[in-house]
Amino acid sequence: MVDFGGWDMPVAYGSQIEEHHAVRRDAGMFDVSHMCTLDLRGAGVRPLLLRLLANDVGRLTAPGKALYTCMLRPEGGVIDDLIACFLDEKWFRLVVNAGTADKDIAWVKEHARQLGVAVVPRRDLAMVAVQGPFARAKAIPLLPESARAAAGRLGVFFGAAFDDWFVSRTGYTGEDGFEVALPTESAGEFWNALAAAGVARCGLGARDTLRLEAGMNLYGSDMDETVTPLESGLAWTVSFAGNRDFIGRQALERQRAGGPARKLTGLVLADRGVLRSHQKVFTAAGEGEVTSGSFSPTLERSIGFARVPAAAEGAVEVDIRGKRSPARLVRSLFVRRGKPVIES
Amino acid sequence: MSEIPADLRYTKSHEWMRTLPDGTIEIGITDHAQQSLGDLVFVEVPESGRKLAAGDTCAVVESVKAASDVYSPLAGEVAAGNPALATQPELINKDPYGSGWILRLKPLAGASAGGLDAAAYAAVAASGG
Repeated sequence: MVDFGGWDMPVAYGSQIEEHHAVRRDAGMFDVSHMCTLDLRGAGVRPLLLRLLANDVGRLTAPGKALYTCMLRPEGGVIDDLIACFLDEKWFRLVVNAGTADKDIAWVKEHARQLGVAVVPRRDLAMVAVQGPFARAKAIPLLPESARAAAGRLGVFFGAAFDDWFVSRTGYTGEDGFEVALPTESAGEFWNALAAAGVARCGLGARDTLRLEAGMNLYGSDMDETVTPLESGLAWTVSFAGNRDFIGRQALERQRAGGPARKLTGLVLADRGVLRSHQKVFTAAGEGEVTSGSFSPTLERSIGFARVPAAAEGAVEVDIRGKRSPARLVRSLFVRRGKPVIES
Repeated sequence: MSEIPADLRYTKSHEWMRTLPDGTIEIGITDHAQQSLGDLVFVEVPESGRKLAAGDTCAVVESVKAASDVYSPLAGEVAAGNPALATQPELINKDPYGSGWILRLKPLAGASAGGLDAAAYAAVAASGG
């Protein structure tokens, strides 16, 4: 067990690599109750989020549609990355990281007050992520009966509430699946039923290698308040459309005009060894640093993300335990829907 | 709980030693050590003929979680590194005291396995050392 944002969480239940493969090939589940759900209610909720989030909730018009976004400081630093789901004009739901939940809640509340929006942390909810090519098929029969048909019809990045349960077709693995928020007292029974249906129990270790292969950032490792989304491989999550005055916009526009000095990109190690965060990266354009690194069970070699000078590309060297090891900068997407996607 | 065979000798840094009939010492890492490292993905074993002093780094075991040095418990010359670990590092997870051995050492004249017995090592492992 390890401490993760104040929560005691297992790195693995058995073999971390087998847990990883279970998600890529069949179905696995993660207890992600540390993720914090926030309900935002009030007529001013859409204007509030248009201001607070770098991605554009104006695009969320179909009930249940969700988007991935950063919440920024005025200087452009990332307060947190989160998922925002539109339920109706008086109700949005946010899911934020555990380690940042307290500061997120304070920040959202500070801006919600003047718009009359209530911010309600849902600490009464547990969350189970069920992920993998057969995850939905295995999970649907175990949902409350009233939810089954509608959950089966959920589109990608849509969520829906069923009384106290909330099912969304989202995840952090690069595979299809659900994230299911449910009353804490029902979580044990749901978990055990999934296990009985052949869904593998997976820990934080497999969650990390899965998200890394899928090219998904981890807050606190790959970005934090000292860097902007443009320096974190997250430019695609920032919407400059129209004149929407979101917090951080001016800082990002200045950075965009000058060209960000650094970028976050993927990294593949050529030889044996394992990339780890904080290792130094030597490129022709200057030095950088590994922000996340591990062993990819799907590719059977080490992969990672690195923050490097914007002009860096191609062959680089990484300082691994005092030795310079050859590596290559690549697009930060390694595996998608179970299949390798990097050029070897 | 981890397995600690009674017929082996141990170090505080979680290596085990087995004296083979020809006098060479087989060295690996304990069940406790492999459990705390998790799935091993790379193992760097020493080449035959390398001379080691007691306490020298003689191998590196790298898991998904972390890299760790393995220290030679005694002085000697490497008789063999386990060639199977190059392609099957998971042998250390599956069989730490058998097919997951890391190296065999010809002890320097006068050097003996020494170290801790199983009961003393069990206390080290239990203390989280």
